[in-house]
Amino acid sequence: MSGMTSAALFTAFRTIVVKEIRRFTRIWVQTLLPPVITMTLYFIIFGNLIGSRIGEMGGLDYMAFIVPGLIMMAVITNSYANVVSSFFSMKFQRNIEELLVSPVPNWVILAGWVCGGMARGLSIGLVVTLLSLAFTSLSIHNLVIMVATVFLTSALFSLGGFINAMLATKFDDISIVPTFVLTPLTYLGGVFYSIDLLPEFWQGVSMANPILYMVNGFRYGILGVSDVNPFVSLGMILVFIAVLTAIALRMLARGKGIRH
Amino acid sequence: MTNALEIEGLRKTYGDGFEALKGIDLHVRKGDFFALLGPNGAGKSTTLGIVSSLVNKTGGKVRVFGYDIDTHLSDAKVNLGVVPQEFNFGQFEKVFDIVTTQAGYYGIPLREASVSAEKYLKKLGLWDKRNTPARMLSGGMKRRLMIARALVHEPGLLILDEPTAGVDIELRRSMWTFLEEMNREGTTIILTTHYLEEAEALCRNIAIIDHGQIVKHTSKRDLLQQLSIETFVLDTETTMAEAPELDGFSVRLDGEGSLEVEVRKGQALNDVFIQLDRLGIKVVSMRTKANRLEELFIRMIEENSQESRKAEESLA
Repeated sequence: MSGMTSAALFTAFRTIVVKEIRRFTRIWVQTLLPPVITMTLYFIIFGNLIGSRIGEMGGLDYMAFIVPGLIMMAVITNSYANVVSSFFSMKFQRNIEELLVSPVPNWVILAGWVCGGMARGLSIGLVVTLLSLAFTSLSIHNLVIMVATVFLTSALFSLGGFINAMLATKFDDISIVPTFVLTPLTYLGGVFYSIDLLPEFWQGVSMANPILYMVNGFRYGILGVSDVNPFVSLGMILVFIAVLTAIALRMLARGKGIRH
Repeated sequence: MTNALEIEGLRKTYGDGFEALKGIDLHVRKGDFFALLGPNGAGKSTTLGIVSSLVNKTGGKVRVFGYDIDTHLSDAKVNLGVVPQEFNFGQFEKVFDIVTTQAGYYGIPLREASVSAEKYLKKLGLWDKRNTPARMLSGGMKRRLMIARALVHEPGLLILDEPTAGVDIELRRSMWTFLEEMNREGTTIILTTHYLEEAEALCRNIAIIDHGQIVKHTSKRDLLQQLSIETFVLDTETTMAEAPELDGFSVRLDGEGSLEVEVRKGQALNDVFIQLDRLGIKVVSMRTKANRLEELFIRMIEENSQESRKAEESLA
């Protein structure tokens, strides 16, 4: 079906990724600066001011405890936001048609956007990590788990952003999921506390929150401390990625929201 | 010889039940300059939308240079360039980036894409604007940008949906020259237009679509031969109180110094001048009242509407 060689497919993929990176770096005041300011405030207020009164959490200094969660929070929100806003803008401005008339296969379109989202999410994750070093010292407990968790989480939320953008018909629709689903799940996903503090019932409820696994998997990679098994966490992320990829590809094949 | 475009029994029913295409057949020969004409809502954009993969078809077959869009969509797309009716590029992106990015979607590496982008941006007078964000361009420049973008991968078939809408006459003429040059160099061109003068000036073959059906599919020459009456406007030096009587011609006074003369097929225009000369009326200039194709087009659409009404009434 595809008349494109593998070199041509790679060129098309790279074109999408470069275009995405060019987009979020061009509007860096909207995309790169706000999370850096927000995270700095978190470090100062929750880590330094309040954290010093809290003492230890999960056997660790509170500042050290929240750093992995805050990095993941930045990665999750930015990976999602990049893809949902970029892809929806393309639908809105109708320049999605540039892709639809071209021979790029759907899986390359999806891969390009996911990698674009990952580029922003991981860039900001890296900046936030460097920023955190001004407030606490970090050592890496398990590099492989840390890197795998943050990369796969970024990919997963980029996929989520893509599906949201496919379904969205107006700008309001691209803020509903981040506001009413993503933010509560992130705050309740063990970024600021260990679920050991919760009553047993709420611990059970928390275990149904997928973000809890991602935050804890990443925390394990850095600190060696986790509320859940990091391998279970990685497995769950992979399953979610497989499911969302299948959904996104199906929507693209049907032209959901992009073809009449 | 393979046709550039073949359409068989193409049907489209939208989600709200509106039947935009009722099984149309169309073929466009390789190297042709083809016009798809029709009133608003006739099905022109839907047809071109299906050919360019922007609209899902309900039924029928579409082949681009022999490649069936159901089985060889990617090959069909490589051979196709599309200039849509509405501006559909990133308003904040730079002109050069828009064109090279489009080439990238076709798998053309940046170095080659840059050469092709330069070629077409220069030909279309946009090279000086290559680093300008698209939103800063004038309407005419935006249209030319979409043409450059559609050509960057050197397609064999170029589809233009109302390419000169809202473009001033001077620019329209320069776009015509460019399109004629592209056609001479071998690119097959299909356009839809509301300016029938444009279709008459550029195209060799024409299809007229109305209510989702092809009303006429023939050469421009054959079509124009069907025009039985043509109206000429003659500006005279002499002022007249009433229209002169010319043997065999219907004449109407259009202002004091202007006559409208209907000339039927087979009648000699010379007879008009001979008779006017005898009457001492001096003609200083002459033009056709309406574009010839326009007269035919309006008549065909009216006839088709009457037939549709009759068919509906007989069903009721």
